[in-house]
Amino acid sequence: MRTMEQTTQEVLDLAAKHFQVAQGSLAPDDDFFKKLGINSLQALELLSRLENHFGIELPDYEVQGVSDFRTLVSRIQSRL
Amino acid sequence: MKSFTGETLRWNWNDGVVELTLDREPANEIGTAMLAELEKFVAGFDALAPETSVCIISSARKHGFSAGADLRETYEMIAFLSGAERLAGVRQFLERIHAVFNAIDAAPFVTIAAVHGICFGGGLELALVCDIIVADKMARFAFPELRLGLIPGFGGIPRLNRDLGNAFVRDLLFTGRSVNATRAQAVGLVSQLAAEGEALNVARSNAGQIKKFDPYTRAAAKKFLKPIPHEELRQEINLFCELFTRPAVMAALKKFVESTDAMPYLP
Repeated sequence: MRTMEQTTQEVLDLAAKHFQVAQGSLAPDDDFFKKLGINSLQALELLSRLENHFGIELPDYEVQGVSDFRTLVSRIQSRL
Repeated sequence: MKSFTGETLRWNWNDGVVELTLDREPANEIGTAMLAELEKFVAGFDALAPETSVCIISSARKHGFSAGADLRETYEMIAFLSGAERLAGVRQFLERIHAVFNAIDAAPFVTIAAVHGICFGGGLELALVCDIIVADKMARFAFPELRLGLIPGFGGIPRLNRDLGNAFVRDLLFTGRSVNATRAQAVGLVSQLAAEGEALNVARSNAGQIKKFDPYTRAAAKKFLKPIPHEELRQEINLFCELFTRPAVMAALKKFVESTDAMPYLP
């Protein structure tokens, strides 16, 4: 079972890699829409990448309204 | 017509395979222009049939196969009409789209949807008329219509019910959630999974195999295996039109087209 810290790091690394942001430039409290510069369609892409990476299903309604990595990680952690 | 390039899509025939490529910004929303070009496509089926084994439907748009019905166009077209005029317009649109989707569903060759990215609402309904769905691992499927006070109107419930059974329809419809390609394959919606960006290549590989079978037997098997649920499709049109007359639908459409929410397909 991953710890919150491990999950957080994996989420930040995955987001940085796929949305072409410098590794290490993202922090847990960042607004990922602003920091990654993504729109609603790209948010779905992020959701798919997270689901594929962690091997989970993360229903859209559980992340609706979520915009910071820390909350996103807590939603993922509850499904691991 | 073996090849065609329109405003919203194009097709090209080569060696027994016709590839239909949806290509309308931003995400292949299905509106009147795409419908007219789809009508043109299916009108050519009889001429294509004798020398066609497979039709592959895919998308050239980065974000996915199709985001579904063009709700922005729908809203703009009906916002200033009377209730009766709205209903007549919607019913006419549905009758036309059902005629096209029924034609693809019963096409005298094998149809494959090569799906990537979003495949929502009417886009999922288009994929569902195909015999085989190949999806890349980033594909997502949803029926978000309930958030508009509607049900899917392009044949989605009867066809998903025909192919997979009612339980998965209820899951998609009553939660409005989108499911990923892995889940879609697990429930039987997706036949084959492809690596990211490889759905069309996998569909072409399928086509190469399908072409080897006797066309008469293939067509007979398809007709036997895949009856069109005409009665349920008629009921769907009637229920959609009944729901469409409710004021809540116009309010929800307005909210959707004006939304800046990251997940406008959820209530």
